[in-house]
Amino acid sequence: MRLTDKVNEAARVLTICNACRYCEGHCAVFQAMELRLEFNADNLDYMANLCHNCGACYHNCQYAPPHEFNLNVPAALAELRQENYGVFAWPGFMGKLFTNNGLWVTLLSVLIITAFIVGTSLTVGEDFFQTHDNAFYGIIPHNNLVAIFGSVGAFVAIALLASITKFWQTMRLPNPFSLDWGRVMQGVKDALTLKYLDGGNGQGCSYPDETPSMSRRWFHQFTFWGFMLCFAATSAGTIMHYAFALPAPYDFISLPKVLGVLGGIGLIVGPLGLLHIKAKATPDVKGKTNKGMDVSFLVLLLLTSITGLILMAVRDTALVGIMLSLHLGVVLTLFLSMPYGKFIHGFYRLIALIVFAIEKEKHEAIVGVDIPEKE
Amino acid sequence: MQNDQKNFDVLVAGGGQAGIIAAICAAEKGAKVCLLEGAPRTHRGGNTRHTRNLRPMHIGPLSVLSGTYDEDEYWDDLMRVTKGKTNEELARMTLRRSTECVEWLEKRGVQFQPPLGGTLHLGRTNAFFMGGGKQLLNALYRHGEKLGIEIHYDAMVSDIEFEDDAFKNVTVNDQKIYAKSFVAAAGGFEANIDWLKEAWGDVAENFIIRGTPYNTGGLLKLLLKNGAEQIGEPDQCHAVAIDGRAPKFDGGICTRVDCVSLGVVVNKNAERFYDEGEDFWPKRYAIWGRLVAAQPDQVAHVIIDQKAKGSFMPPVFPAETANTIPELANKIGLNAETLEKTISEYNAAVQPGDFDHTELDGVHTEGLDVNKTNWARPIDTPPYSAYCLRPGITFTYLGVAVTDKAQMKMANGALCKNVFAAGEIMAGNVLGQGYLAGIGMTIGNVFGRIAGNEAANHALNR
Ligand SMILES: Cc1cc2nc3c(=O)[nH]c(=O)nc-3n(C[C@H](O)[C@H](O)[C@H](O)COP(=O)(O)OP(=O)(O)OC[C@H]3O[C@@H](n4cnc5c(N)ncnc54)[C@H](O)[C@@H]3O)c2cc1C
Ligand code: HEM
Ligand code: SF4
Ligand code: SF4
Repeated sequence: MRLTDKVNEAARVLTICNACRYCEGHCAVFQAMELRLEFNADNLDYMANLCHNCGACYHNCQYAPPHEFNLNVPAALAELRQENYGVFAWPGFMGKLFTNNGLWVTLLSVLIITAFIVGTSLTVGEDFFQTHDNAFYGIIPHNNLVAIFGSVGAFVAIALLASITKFWQTMRLPNPFSLDWGRVMQGVKDALTLKYLDGGNGQGCSYPDETPSMSRRWFHQFTFWGFMLCFAATSAGTIMHYAFALPAPYDFISLPKVLGVLGGIGLIVGPLGLLHIKAKATPDVKGKTNKGMDVSFLVLLLLTSITGLILMAVRDTALVGIMLSLHLGVVLTLFLSMPYGKFIHGFYRLIALIVFAIEKEKHEAIVGVDIPEKE
Repeated sequence: MQNDQKNFDVLVAGGGQAGIIAAICAAEKGAKVCLLEGAPRTHRGGNTRHTRNLRPMHIGPLSVLSGTYDEDEYWDDLMRVTKGKTNEELARMTLRRSTECVEWLEKRGVQFQPPLGGTLHLGRTNAFFMGGGKQLLNALYRHGEKLGIEIHYDAMVSDIEFEDDAFKNVTVNDQKIYAKSFVAAAGGFEANIDWLKEAWGDVAENFIIRGTPYNTGGLLKLLLKNGAEQIGEPDQCHAVAIDGRAPKFDGGICTRVDCVSLGVVVNKNAERFYDEGEDFWPKRYAIWGRLVAAQPDQVAHVIIDQKAKGSFMPPVFPAETANTIPELANKIGLNAETLEKTISEYNAAVQPGDFDHTELDGVHTEGLDVNKTNWARPIDTPPYSAYCLRPGITFTYLGVAVTDKAQMKMANGALCKNVFAAGEIMAGNVLGQGYLAGIGMTIGNVFGRIAGNEAANHALNR
């Protein structure tokens, strides 16, 4: 198993916590910890993905710096999370992208957006800065769109599935058909309600500062449901196009539009709020190396919704060409960065929470336990 | 602090729970309050930072507590540990008023831990702070700031002036601060090695202080010098056996070693010196501090074998391990032959029986100078592990005498009209010796509230 600096630091920190245990009421991490006497890369990766980075256990820790134990659970686990996202990436060598995540996501978006603008303006020619009767598809033919997004989408799906499978196996989950569905539902519920951003008693987490607050939980809900609605809008559009032969553009009162506008608003309010409180939070407390990854993901989500809503507004104006290229460029970057950026956290966190529900019921450690060699 | 003369209604010295609670109570009564905390902001809150629970009396379930813990039972518990060394009037009042502690704290933002079924959860007698004492402090300081209490850190009281047996001012960082009432809540003197040496001799050099380095007893000394009545003796302290590798100060709870009753303990000469299985560890750990303090170099080593692994709370520092006893002896710097002799004599003396760590199983040794009376299993299954032990001082008992209004008594029999004391600095009035889990925080809470209210009443002429 891995023996990196991040793994060693997380093990050091949790060994102290396991002798102290004052924080056991805060969240799942400490309850999972108490089921174990020793820590290894597997169970630390598991606990890292259980940690919601709420900060409560840092502000309440009697051993926080400047104490010589220099204890910072959220930072140790956030940095380990970023490392293990890379470990579980597929194909393996792409995992390196997590090291300088902010940088490569930024470069990629610049590259793709430029490519879109140059590509479309070359194909559309003089008409690029014109209004278009059949709006979007007048600029980029529908078939081109399908070809680009279809192939990228297929690759992303495969990469996500491969990473998730690897994580699933490390978390010792059985094949999906023999899962305990009651526990799965518990995990899903804890994920959707962001239970462990509640501080333990529903008072809220210590973010951005020591005072318990519900702001991160709320802004994440906006982000999450905003994203889901946008996703639903796109799906609805696709279905209407193919199944009902109703191609875009749609009226204002139509399923894709309503979902898209609501989702877009959520995906503006959420990431803006998260960025705002992030700027106020002290970086040392929440982990240092992971910041670029968090911020680039937030900015990408924000750009997606902003360009999407502007595009809707300028559809019948001369700006439609440039806005469409911008929006599609951003969306394509978001797509491509899904397996190699912060987006992956949703899946790993969901899986970790399901495993926790199972461990809690059995009152027994599952992840990272030595399996006796088969004779 | 600015240079103009500072004048307050109520001045509180010490920023642990007793101090901040007194300050809050006084401010809630409308007094102009200043809190002086000797430690920097990062170390505020003294030993309170390291606590985990308090012990409220209650009839019927109370917040996170189940069942009933009534005055009779509480009183019996207190009598058992103090062996009668208490002031009954003050003690009974403390027990009764402890009922209000949880609600008082919850109303000011302090979180308690709901039942989890976790290891620390006692459920009936002790209410655990979510995240520990630092969470309690953070919430109370936030509340205090909102009330407009003027809080100063790095503000060690270095002198105090009395006039006609009444408090006049204190000196902090070469500046005098005046107030109508004064609350002394600056903890004990456990971090003052020189003072400990006066009572214990040079062995005190090897003591580890489990709590804050800022509880040096300066204020306590000043009060005694100005005629306060002393309670308790300087050599009395709560001393437990903890991991010898713990930091000199502020190691807190995690340095405990919970496997003494599962193994044997030897001193520097590789010889056993006390019955490791006398009683359950939580009932015995507080005598082991003194036992280890009495050994050469104030050090001991607990030795267990593979059978004991995993059946006690995981210690914070890794054990030294080896596959043979002589190898282990070399690793921990003991004479290999003596240790092997001690262990084999012990092993040979173990009598058959059914080992059960959940009860006093009576599995014992026979014929040794020092027998083990429970849980005596041979140390014979490698790998062997050793943890080093040293005395860890939790708190001291010496303090100033007070009335039920937390008013400080003078040695000449008078009452000091405007000085009130709360917390560890007066806990010896109630807890003359021994210890009951959660009693320290309970005394500090009850007397903190009384002291704050009385100090405000005095200052505001109510
Ligand atoms: C490791 C450990 C664990 C404990 N666990 C528990 C527990 O679970 N439950 C329990 O009931 N009790 C526990 N106790 C005991 C408990 O800590 C004390 O009873 C309680 O905290 C005393 O509160 P206090 O406010 O009087 O003192 P403290 O919290 O120690 O505060 C004293 C303050 O005074 C300041 N100070 C000192 N000198 C000066 C000066 N000259 N001028 C200005 N300020 C000064 C210090 O900086 C300090 O902040 C524990 C103690 C330790 C060491
Ligand atoms: C199973 C579902 C999910 C869970 C349990 C979950 C949980 C969390 C948690 C606990 C955090 C804070 C800790 C951290 O930074 O890692 C977080 C951050 C974040 N999540 Fe999610 N998430 C989920 C899905 C999603 C989805 C689908 C999106 C949007 C596409 C999203 C967007 C974000 C963003 C932008 C952040 C960064 C916030 C910041 O850095 O301040 N999450 N998530
Ligand atoms: S974070 Fe600090 S206070 Fe909380 S369990 Fe860990 S060591 Fe103890
Ligand atoms: S930061 Fe919050 S979620 Fe993470 S371990 Fe600490 S209390 Fe739990």
